[in-house]
Amino acid sequence: MIAARISLAAAALFAGITTAAAMDTAPNDVMVVDGVVAKSLTGAPGDVAEGRKAFANRKLGNCLACHANSDMSEQLFHGEVGPSLDGVASRWSEEELRAIVVNSKAVFGEQTVMPGFYSLEVGQNVREDLVGKTILTAEQVESIVAYLGTLK
Amino acid sequence: MKNRIILAAAAAVAASGMAISVVSAEPADDELVIDGEMTMVTRTAAPKDHPLDEVMSGWLFRTPETRALEADSFQNPGMLYVERGEEIWNTVEGEAGKSCASCHGDASETMAGVGTAYPKWDADAKRPINLELQINKCRENNLKAEAYKFDAAEQKALTTYIKHQSLGKPVQMDLSQGDLQSWWKKGEELYYTRTGQLNLSCASCHEENNGKYIRADHLSQGNVNGFPTYRLKQANMVSLHNRFRGCIRDTRAEYPAAFSDELMALEVYVTWRGTGLSVETPAVRQ
Ligand code: HEC
Ligand code: HEC
Repeated sequence: MIAARISLAAAALFAGITTAAAMDTAPNDVMVVDGVVAKSLTGAPGDVAEGRKAFANRKLGNCLACHANSDMSEQLFHGEVGPSLDGVASRWSEEELRAIVVNSKAVFGEQTVMPGFYSLEVGQNVREDLVGKTILTAEQVESIVAYLGTLK
Repeated sequence: MKNRIILAAAAAVAASGMAISVVSAEPADDELVIDGEMTMVTRTAAPKDHPLDEVMSGWLFRTPETRALEADSFQNPGMLYVERGEEIWNTVEGEAGKSCASCHGDASETMAGVGTAYPKWDADAKRPINLELQINKCRENNLKAEAYKFDAAEQKALTTYIKHQSLGKPVQMDLSQGDLQSWWKKGEELYYTRTGQLNLSCASCHEENNGKYIRADHLSQGNVNGFPTYRLKQANMVSLHNRFRGCIRDTRAEYPAAFSDELMALEVYVTWRGTGLSVETPAVRQ
């Protein structure tokens, strides 16, 4: 009985992994080459509407903490630590935007204050429950990249 | 007393309401004069070897409403804690049957200027101590009372009271004491160390980006001359090590214990960065 229950649980866990993340490129396997990440991290295009939400969400991208974005005038507070992202898709290609979100330091250099959202090159003493985890999932990165693509 | 609390609450609402119509991210071009009498130094030339040219009080980065609260000691909610601290100062506690006043008398005379000079080197402990730890030392050795736990209400009130006796006097620590230099060095290193999943250092926010908004927060230089400060958001006094821990936590890092070597080194270094600013305790921040 107990054994059956455990294997059931294991099966459920495995099923969860295969549907959500098994196709994703793992953070340490993502290569930023010449400032681009050429392929989608999930193998599929991102969802623009989801990306727009993740961009503003303080627990996810929280991109608004540092970047103003006129497309989000419904949000009260826009930060100024980074440049405004108005028209960002005319300055950078999709592949470049993906690289910036994945690991900005591989594009702008070590000194940038922008966090790497799909990178395990992080600061010291990472909160215990976050060790080995990236800020965003591959799917969330792709959604944000898709959303950035609309900011022409 | 009740009146004062209501006034403060109303101002807090006004202050958060104001942030919506923010137009300029520059520090305010304003002068802090407490009760129309005491002019505070909120900008001054940086000490030698400081990475910035000018050091500025966090007061300059707050909204007009928050600034006004601090300028009026009747409206400043932190003044309630000063009053509470005075009571504690005069209260006998512990087996020795003494109060702080038994040894130190009138704090407005004996403690004037004391708050400008911490952290100091403690020859017994062979490490720097801040005002909270000095209070604990007196409690244990002289009052024969228990040390306060970190952030006990009494610890915050008494620290606020003692610091307040230096209101308007410039922060001026003496780095030649004991081994303070090496603690300063360690603090400097920590100030530039990136922590947490967000991979940010104190300098990322307070040196490189002061004057800018990070979402709704106007980043200051992160100076410590107003601590303990009254925070409208928490409707309470906030100690310095609590603030340090909050900032470190915001980088999604584990944070060091209060009064640990790490936070004491940081206090030594960050206090030095604000050399020459007036002690503002109790400052008001949002
Ligand atoms: C803590 C601050 C911070 C956060 C949070 C942040 N960024 Fe940035 N970002 C910056 C800075 C600073 C730069 C400028 C690069 C540099 O020189 O360091 C930048 C640059 C960029 C650029 C290039 C802009 C241009 O016009 O050249 C893009 C695109 C970008 N960020 C997207 C994002 C997205 C999307 C998010 C959230 C998933 C995000 N950023 C979160 C600070 C931040
Ligand atoms: C992610 C950004 C960020 C980082 C990193 C950060 N802080 Fe802060 N800090 C803030 C914000 C926002 C405030 C509130 C607004 C202000 O006063 O600057 C603040 C406030 C402070 C204050 C209170 C200033 C006052 O006048 O009341 C001090 C002191 C301080 N920080 C010190 C530090 C130290 C030391 C570190 C590094 C251990 C640090 N901060 C790291 C964002 C940050």
